[in-house]
Amino acid sequence: MNGGLSDDQKTFADSLDRLLTDALPFARRQAAVATPGGFDGDLWQQLADLGCMAAAFPEELGGLGGGPEELMIIGEKFGRHLVTGPFLASVVLGGHAVLFAGSDAWKVDVLPGVARGTTKLALAWVERQARHDLHDVATRVRPMNGGWVLSGRKDVVPGGAQADVIVVSARVSGERRDRDGIILVAVPADAPGVVRLDERAHDGNRVSTVLLDGVEIDDTQFLTAPDQGLAVLERVIDHAIAFVCADAAGSMWQVFETTLEYLKTRRQFDRTLGSFQALQHRMVDLYIDCELAWSMVLDATQALTTPQRRHAVSSAKIAVGESARRVAEEGVQLHGGIGMTMDVPVGHHLKRAVVMNATFGDVDHHLGLLASSPVFRESSHV
Amino acid sequence: MIEDIEQFREEVRAFIREALPDDLRRKVRREHAGLTPADTSRWMRILHGRGWSCPSWPVEYGGPGWSFEQQFVFERELALNDAPHVSVFSAGMVGPALIEFGTSDQKERFLPGLANGDIILCQGYSEPDAGSDLASLKCRADRDGDDFVINGSKIWTSDATWANWMFGLFRTDSSGRKQHGITLLLVDMATPGLSVRPILTFEGGDELNQVFFENVRVPGANRLGPEHEGWSIGKYILGLERIGSAEVSRTSAMLGRLREIAAREPLRDGYLIDDADFSRKLVRAGIALRQVELTERRFLFASDDVGAEASLLKIKGTEVQQQVISLMVEALGPYGQLDPEDTSARDNAPLPDAAHHAAKTSFNLRKSTIWGGSSEVLKNIIAKSVLDLRS
Repeated sequence: MNGGLSDDQKTFADSLDRLLTDALPFARRQAAVATPGGFDGDLWQQLADLGCMAAAFPEELGGLGGGPEELMIIGEKFGRHLVTGPFLASVVLGGHAVLFAGSDAWKVDVLPGVARGTTKLALAWVERQARHDLHDVATRVRPMNGGWVLSGRKDVVPGGAQADVIVVSARVSGERRDRDGIILVAVPADAPGVVRLDERAHDGNRVSTVLLDGVEIDDTQFLTAPDQGLAVLERVIDHAIAFVCADAAGSMWQVFETTLEYLKTRRQFDRTLGSFQALQHRMVDLYIDCELAWSMVLDATQALTTPQRRHAVSSAKIAVGESARRVAEEGVQLHGGIGMTMDVPVGHHLKRAVVMNATFGDVDHHLGLLASSPVFRESSHV
Repeated sequence: MIEDIEQFREEVRAFIREALPDDLRRKVRREHAGLTPADTSRWMRILHGRGWSCPSWPVEYGGPGWSFEQQFVFERELALNDAPHVSVFSAGMVGPALIEFGTSDQKERFLPGLANGDIILCQGYSEPDAGSDLASLKCRADRDGDDFVINGSKIWTSDATWANWMFGLFRTDSSGRKQHGITLLLVDMATPGLSVRPILTFEGGDELNQVFFENVRVPGANRLGPEHEGWSIGKYILGLERIGSAEVSRTSAMLGRLREIAAREPLRDGYLIDDADFSRKLVRAGIALRQVELTERRFLFASDDVGAEASLLKIKGTEVQQQVISLMVEALGPYGQLDPEDTSARDNAPLPDAAHHAAKTSFNLRKSTIWGGSSEVLKNIIAKSVLDLRS
């Protein structure tokens, strides 16, 4: 499944896999999830030392000059090993929002720290009424006394609890569902008027409700112009979708491989479970799901820098989202009773798949996006 | 490189549009209804004139010597421009097997006819008691001097009434394990003692047949590969079939025609394609096809050898094909019930000619998950060869 990667990328993938195998056995992962932050601080530092946080940023900003393929490699391994922590929040979401939209000052100020793992960012975009729509923004920025104030409420903000700076989508003009008039604003997490309420997601990660009550800001904190905020937000979210699809695919391969191993060793009726044809065919179905999902991940990753980005990313989110959930559910079923237990990973892969589907637009949302897209209507062969 | 392939695509497209006879285009647009092996043979002859009838063959055997990428583009352009596929038996299976295993005499005798459409092949694999369990085949070919004498029967033989040659697997030794003692022979369909009986399929088609052999004499020179070792060659040929049999290009063209229908069928104040439910079904079908296509490309261009994994392409490709043709029937609404034999030829037929054939083809395509290794047999193969699961 490593076809198409360079030798350097394969070496990086192997190193990361070795690190996670050694440093994050499942019991240790569970212990990390139970801590207040939900992740292992030592591991975070080791990941930073290996170059994970720096991988996708340009060298002049403290990065290693990689891009979407490096994020894909990291995602795949994180999914396999059920890694928790604010990587998606800080590097993929917040980091890429600054990278795509920020002024040079912001980039130089923030990204080297993100690349070292010392600075943590977050992106706050979900609102209660918006469901999965990125352009439905009620949070407002209003002028006041020569400056601006930001007010509103953002929910399920990944990594909100750990963030030093939160990038917020907010409206400077227009009606709630207008596509114009949205900007991205960078807000220090400890600014007066910012309140964070932390919650736990099913995958062990921490997400926050972020209350923004008259937060004073100045226009150096605007990352985008009002006619560009949505386009940047969509681009950032598409990078995040490609990342969580890679994560889900890694999780799928892991479930498939461990379930296969289990069926080869577990004996009932004086034979291995894997000798029953009914179960063999189900394992083949899981295998096919894994291969097809991996093709979609590669495609979405490679499309991120092309005009096909939106179509490829939504297609991948639909296909991988459905198959990740199916594979994990089958993994639990084929493990039998042991698959229901807290101390066996397979159920935790199912939780990860459910979170993946709930985030960045579910299957129906992306089906709707594709069905209403001009590409779908105008092209006869997409 | 990308410019080169786009230039190649333009060249292929221009030739097809120029050279494809209208009646063939019409049949392909009817989802292949009425398209016969003689039509394919005619198209092969036209393509042969351009040197393109056997896309995968190397130059020394009269092929174009194309890269995988070029073959891929060529196949895609054929489908998207409503042209018949080249003969899978001739160009895709027996030709490559002859190039790989044939004697120089056999290559000389058969390759030119396979390339120019003169030879129309049928495949003599399945038997009444050897379907999915193909290796248990019993149709006997007994040695008589240099010749083989065949007695028995083959069944589900597509296009046997059109074919002038059969490539078949025959039992030459029953003493060992069943995979041993099978020999691959090329049989002239005009040989005395050979008879063909058509089998009507439930949609009304007559492509399937049973073939009977009564002391059919075949010269030893028509044996392809070693005696008794035909199983591995037969499997090699089936392996070639499995990659192409995902039929991604044809399904992609079908999906395009389905969109045309959906954009034209009235619904409420607009068209079917505006319907939220139906458009989502179209999107889903497109994604399902995209997954197979991307995986086929990934396997095709993989640095490592791809073996039994490729069977998944046939399993999923045929599923998508059935999904798309069923949607086409659904798109026709109440007109999906009409039998084209009675309807489409009328002057005042309710739908365009091509649309009338969708339902009939949807019945015909139920075959695609059965033949060439049924989906269940292919899953057995993946379970054993890829997942290492034993019974």
